[in-house]
Amino acid sequence: MNLPAKPNDYSAYPDAHGRFGDYGGQYVPETLMPLVHDLDAAYLAAKADPAFQAELDGFLTHYVGRPSPLYFAERLTRHFGGAKIYFKREELNHTGSHKINNCMGQILLAMRMGKTRIIAETGAGQHGVATATVCARFGLPCVVYMGAVDVERQKPNVFRMNLLGAEVRPVTSGSATLKDAMNEALRDWVTNVHDTYYLIGTAAGMHPYPEMVRDFQSVIGRETRDQILAAEGRLPDAVVACVGGGSNAIGIFHPFLNDAGVKLIGVEAAGEGMDTGRHAAAINGGRPGVLHGNMTYLLQDAAGQITEAHSISAGLDYPGIGPEHSWLHDVGRASYLTATDTESLEAFKLCAELEGILPAIESAHALARLGDVARDVGQDGIVVLNLSGRGDKDVATVAAYLGREV
Amino acid sequence: MTKARIDARFAALRAEGRAAFVAYVMAGDPDADTALQILKGLPAAGADIIELGFPFSDPMAEGPPIQRAAQRALARGMTLKGTLDLARAFRDGDQDTPIILMGYTNPLVTWGYDAFARDAAAAGIDGMIVVDLPPEESDPLADALDAAHLSLIRLATPTTDDRRLPVVLRRTSGFVYYVSVAGVTGVKEADARTVAPHVERVRAASQLPVAVGFGIRTPERAAAIARVADAVVVGSALVDEVAGAVDMNEDVTARVLRKVASLAKAVRFARQGLAAV
Ligand SMILES: Cc1ncc(COP(=O)(O)O)c(C=O)c1O
Repeated sequence: MNLPAKPNDYSAYPDAHGRFGDYGGQYVPETLMPLVHDLDAAYLAAKADPAFQAELDGFLTHYVGRPSPLYFAERLTRHFGGAKIYFKREELNHTGSHKINNCMGQILLAMRMGKTRIIAETGAGQHGVATATVCARFGLPCVVYMGAVDVERQKPNVFRMNLLGAEVRPVTSGSATLKDAMNEALRDWVTNVHDTYYLIGTAAGMHPYPEMVRDFQSVIGRETRDQILAAEGRLPDAVVACVGGGSNAIGIFHPFLNDAGVKLIGVEAAGEGMDTGRHAAAINGGRPGVLHGNMTYLLQDAAGQITEAHSISAGLDYPGIGPEHSWLHDVGRASYLTATDTESLEAFKLCAELEGILPAIESAHALARLGDVARDVGQDGIVVLNLSGRGDKDVATVAAYLGREV
Repeated sequence: MTKARIDARFAALRAEGRAAFVAYVMAGDPDADTALQILKGLPAAGADIIELGFPFSDPMAEGPPIQRAAQRALARGMTLKGTLDLARAFRDGDQDTPIILMGYTNPLVTWGYDAFARDAAAAGIDGMIVVDLPPEESDPLADALDAAHLSLIRLATPTTDDRRLPVVLRRTSGFVYYVSVAGVTGVKEADARTVAPHVERVRAASQLPVAVGFGIRTPERAAAIARVADAVVVGSALVDEVAGAVDMNEDVTARVLRKVASLAKAVRFARQGLAAV
């Protein structure tokens, strides 16, 4: 096999063309090109501006509730009998997941750019809720595109977005899920080029989104580094996170990329099982291609048509993955495992019963591989799991699995 | 052939003193056989150039009409290979009408650019428009198309300013496609007065014919655009005829070609002030 060369500095990407190796780029219609170039320039300027960073830090502290705790999960540690397990508690953030970290960064950028209307896509509704939240906070109109199928299975989040003043537009085109919501948001952006800011919810899409969303989510990894050094005096042996588009995973991975001793493990959704073809595992079950503005691993048929993803978790139900993960996979810096619907639901129950925490079904995918990772690392080791969100939104799904009514 | 076929067609039309009518149809819509009948009927109905869409599951710059056309075609199993088969079958009976393929990047990535360019040229294709492949990403495809003597036709849009225009025009040949509105296909309407200065700007910078498309649905509007541009592209209004005919159980080919004829006539006579529409 022709493996790409290993870089000296993993954190130095993307390159000037928005590439992580072969992945990433800007595959968008010409109408949007000037806009993504503007966004890129505005983001670079904001990133270099201490006043912007200070403003963001202020809101992260007082509005989002950062830093989130790093918690020693004592009973799960004992249960698995392997490495010491810590949870990075992103589920304690305002709105209940890591999504708000990115939304806060991007809304401040949108306002800095003078944009007056915000659009977003959402799958589970977590990013939609986080976007609606920051739009309410700063008084900007908000339109959230959501697949009609997801509108049905995530009703409480639709209502939450409405309460926050956002308009939720159900998308019926294509397979009526997250990828179609993203198509529709892009169509809105092409149509409303002057006033509209597209607030993408994961570290995917065209450059500069994968870089920008990663940077805004990297606060997770930076805090984790400081916290584990304070608690244990050393870095962890492994970091585990679930991967939909990949924003919570890249957020916790990124500050550890150059620490060779820290294994980075992403967990993709295997849905009904990898061998059934009904899954959402782009790296484990797809191949590179171009969708939504970037070259990355995708679920697709032999002719290059994008195929539908399947996962019990609406937040992981996406046929692609952020380009940086595709690259980290190819160069071997991170590894990507899978967890099925059933394994994740079992992990959800275990976490609830042993730690008193209802995890988001998305995060439960990472929990499903945690025992394997902890045993693999061994008793002297340390594993950090990114608990990306809380599971209150998922109780109906879990009840259905258990055959119960709520 | 190939690039030469596009240049020859525009040269002939310039001699006639009129704009080209470009008909966009989706390969395999509503099925492969009907799509071939439509293709074969297009030149006689007045299409000077054919834009042949190859369907993609996630067409991010299309409005509902072409989205649905792609879904109809995909539901009947149309592929990029099937699209080339249609082109080849058309080319057997017509050596002069340029065919431009239009679609999205991923099916091309799957095929491989070099092999695809060779196979497309062999099937009688003359040029390509790839909606989600801006200049920043299209050098590898442009190299492959150059080697096969196919034109890469780029889109210029209302957001393409003077600073960016040369970037768009670099490696563009055959003609330039000016997207008349900021938006997806088939939703907003093109306005000839707004479009005219942009066409001038692109023509001056490129020295190439300028086609205008997105948002042209009626003979009146087609005629108005034909007075200011070198070519008028109609797509959504034609695929809507396919949808309408399927819904009403009518003869799809006849209905689409009727629409083509009325639009083509409007374009043909636009500059003589004779558009009997
Ligand atoms: C709690 C939670 N975790 C993870 C994800 C997956 O997204 P990402 O891979 O971008 O972190 C989502 C998406 O909705 C989510 O809500």
